[in-house]
Amino acid sequence: MNPLPSDEPEVKPLDADIVCVGYGPATAGFLTTLTRGLQEESGQALESRAMPGLPPQVLCYERADDIAFGVSGVVTRGRAIRATFPELPLEEIPMATRVSDEKLVYLLDPVGASRRPALMQLADKVLQAFGVKQSGWELPYCPDFLHKRDGFILSLGQFNQWTGQQVMMSGLAQIWPSTPVAEALIENDKVAGVVLAADGTEVRAELTVVGDGPVGPVGRRLDDTMGMPEGHARDEWAVGMKMVVDLPESCTLPEGTVFHTIGYPEPEIFGFFYVHPGRVASVGIFVPSWLETPARTAYRYLQHFVQHPYLWQHLEGGRMRSWGAKSLLESGRRGEPHLCGDGYARIGEGSGSTNVLTGSGVDEAWLTGTQLAEAVLEIYRQGLPFSKENLKARYEARRRRSWLEDESIIAEKARNGFQRGVLTGFIGMGLAGLTKGRVFVPRPKEDKQPSRLEDFYVGRVSHSQIEKIRERCARDGKPLHDALMDAAGWPPVEFDGQLLVSHQDALLMGGKVQAPSDTPDHVVFLEPDVCIACHDKICIEICSGEAIHPGSGVPAFDHEKCVHCGACLWNCPLDNIEFCAAPGGLHSAEN
Amino acid sequence: MPYQIIVCGGLAPDPLQTLEPVTTPAGPGLKNELMLPAVFDPWAGHALYEAANLAKNVPGSVIKVVSIAPKAKLQQVMMTVAQKLPFELVPLDGPGGGFTDSASIAAALADAIAAIPGLDKSQMLLFGGWESATRGAGVVMQMVGEKLGITEQFLAVDELKVDESGALIIKERVEGGRHQVSKCAAPPAVLAWATGNLPEPSNHPQTGMANMRAMMPALQKAKAAALTTTVSYASVALPSVTRQTKIVKDVPAAQIAQELADWIRQ
Repeated sequence: MNPLPSDEPEVKPLDADIVCVGYGPATAGFLTTLTRGLQEESGQALESRAMPGLPPQVLCYERADDIAFGVSGVVTRGRAIRATFPELPLEEIPMATRVSDEKLVYLLDPVGASRRPALMQLADKVLQAFGVKQSGWELPYCPDFLHKRDGFILSLGQFNQWTGQQVMMSGLAQIWPSTPVAEALIENDKVAGVVLAADGTEVRAELTVVGDGPVGPVGRRLDDTMGMPEGHARDEWAVGMKMVVDLPESCTLPEGTVFHTIGYPEPEIFGFFYVHPGRVASVGIFVPSWLETPARTAYRYLQHFVQHPYLWQHLEGGRMRSWGAKSLLESGRRGEPHLCGDGYARIGEGSGSTNVLTGSGVDEAWLTGTQLAEAVLEIYRQGLPFSKENLKARYEARRRRSWLEDESIIAEKARNGFQRGVLTGFIGMGLAGLTKGRVFVPRPKEDKQPSRLEDFYVGRVSHSQIEKIRERCARDGKPLHDALMDAAGWPPVEFDGQLLVSHQDALLMGGKVQAPSDTPDHVVFLEPDVCIACHDKICIEICSGEAIHPGSGVPAFDHEKCVHCGACLWNCPLDNIEFCAAPGGLHSAEN
Repeated sequence: MPYQIIVCGGLAPDPLQTLEPVTTPAGPGLKNELMLPAVFDPWAGHALYEAANLAKNVPGSVIKVVSIAPKAKLQQVMMTVAQKLPFELVPLDGPGGGFTDSASIAAALADAIAAIPGLDKSQMLLFGGWESATRGAGVVMQMVGEKLGITEQFLAVDELKVDESGALIIKERVEGGRHQVSKCAAPPAVLAWATGNLPEPSNHPQTGMANMRAMMPALQKAKAAALTTTVSYASVALPSVTRQTKIVKDVPAAQIAQELADWIRQ
């Protein structure tokens, strides 16, 4: 038996061949394909360049406490996932099932508080006159570009768990949870590895695979350092917020049922409802950056969404099992960064792979991971370095040749219209989808910015009322959104303690885990004067966990409530927030 | 004198997940047991952190963790636990749902400990959780100790100190919210920990990497635990969380406190 060292280890650089940042669907696709390739190559004995004589040393660092804590439910056509797993055993993956029925539903406004354009109000009246049931009109068909009828429903957390176990059991890659990565290690414009947040360890690797999502610090630092390709920008976002619900006994919806919804609680907010096996459903909304109100609370909107009569008929009497939120990068191909450079490659949502027309991201992310793995194996076989040229010729070229690129181009301008208004947005999306991107609404010269509160609520809440609400909320240390929505006519939410619960209860029921007590705040307000001068402080209103509160000029941040959605980052119009790598966050494998 | 500290510890499904008991061909289990996120059993975790503290203060000491769990899950959980302190892992592949009876688990643990090469019982401290998050019987550590012939046993331990003579000063929980302090001249001894006093250590990625160099091969080669249970279960149920929500407005804090106190008394 060897004696233990008596002190903490000296922080020395670690050497590896490949280091991955983040374990989401893109990295899962990468590691699944790579480890399979390495096993198949065993006869040819691909060798580590960092540790000759051993197989390539592959490390993956994940911020969350386990690899199952991805915050997303998924309905996907799963073309790329099925290419990797032709006989995908859905029965082995909890909460997975095939899509059995799919509907696109226009939700009328049953409470009269939704801020609808006149044409939409007219449509509501016409539909009511024709006796539409439960205030929801099931569109006669779901356009091809939206449908997922040959696909399946997953819990991303459970899917990550399933893939992660297989990767780990291969013995050819190590996935380290609870290990946030602070930044990329950049030397002479080359990425030489990463720096771990826990103790500053440098992990040096010939290839760094960046799959830390749209708000991950490594990807953002690369964007800052390497710049974005000309004409590309990350300026369209959404907060996705959802709950997983135990459906009541009375619910007769079969598993595999999918509803995509439009129209409510605000016309700009899209929603979803899909039924997993075992009488469990995922229900949620996307609150986009083009929603004009600065008091854009996703949680209150989610509560009104689930109470819409079309959904409530299935949900009443249900119980919240878990809850979660995340930021979604909705810029699509326009948000694509440089996909590779010397020593690094970008995959997944942070690489701009999400298709904003089809509303699909997981399968696309998976595909980018598999494409990179195929490229890496080829580079290894040929004994080449992981240079920008070699990665471009093998990874980026694969991506450009694939359906991912074709469909991204079709989708690229599909949402332009939402910068002009919600109806123009729907028309533009329909045109782009039906003409395969040939016809689209041009983007205005300047993107839509959140209105001032006084402008957004004009005609519904007076300036003096808004001022009183501001004063009251500042005094009570509360965000404005609940008070504003009450004043705008949204009915109060009658908590039932089961499905309709307070935001703070949702944190507990959703599985919020606290970071270790010695963890520094990971949301940092950079220049106090900038915050003090900020009029609307959207960061407070958008916060998915009510972790940001009015402070004395500078907002106050409570890291024990943060769910790491990153919405504060992209909602700060003054770029005055830094969102650092940190442990903690949500803790449910079902999201 | 350096110690050889053996820590017995299994896994528990992450308590924030929805757990559902099901009947499997091998007896009761948890639905989707292998897909549920798991954590190192919190009771054993306290024992491990105390072991790390002791080993740090007594140079030359070693820690070995003996664990029965599904090896795929064990590997996953060790990626986190291994970052906290240096130790070696003795893995046994077995169920992790907590439905295996205590005697079978104790026998398998004792056999695995007895088979550790180079183990010197005269320096051995056998650590573990007094109870576990999956099995509240509180008897496994006693039985392991008995099977290994260790008669000095301390249950519900909250504190361990070593005096100048090398004797162990052990504080145990006893009835009535009190502690009993015992003096044990020397190892071997069984210490089944309650909560201890130490927080969870921070992660050190370097420690994790160093640990995993030996753990990965050990996990790959992990043998199935020889569990010979004769227990049959008539039914199983999970403890339920009581949650009552009441919405009140404009109620004084004192009245709310009184209501809470009354509710707890019920």
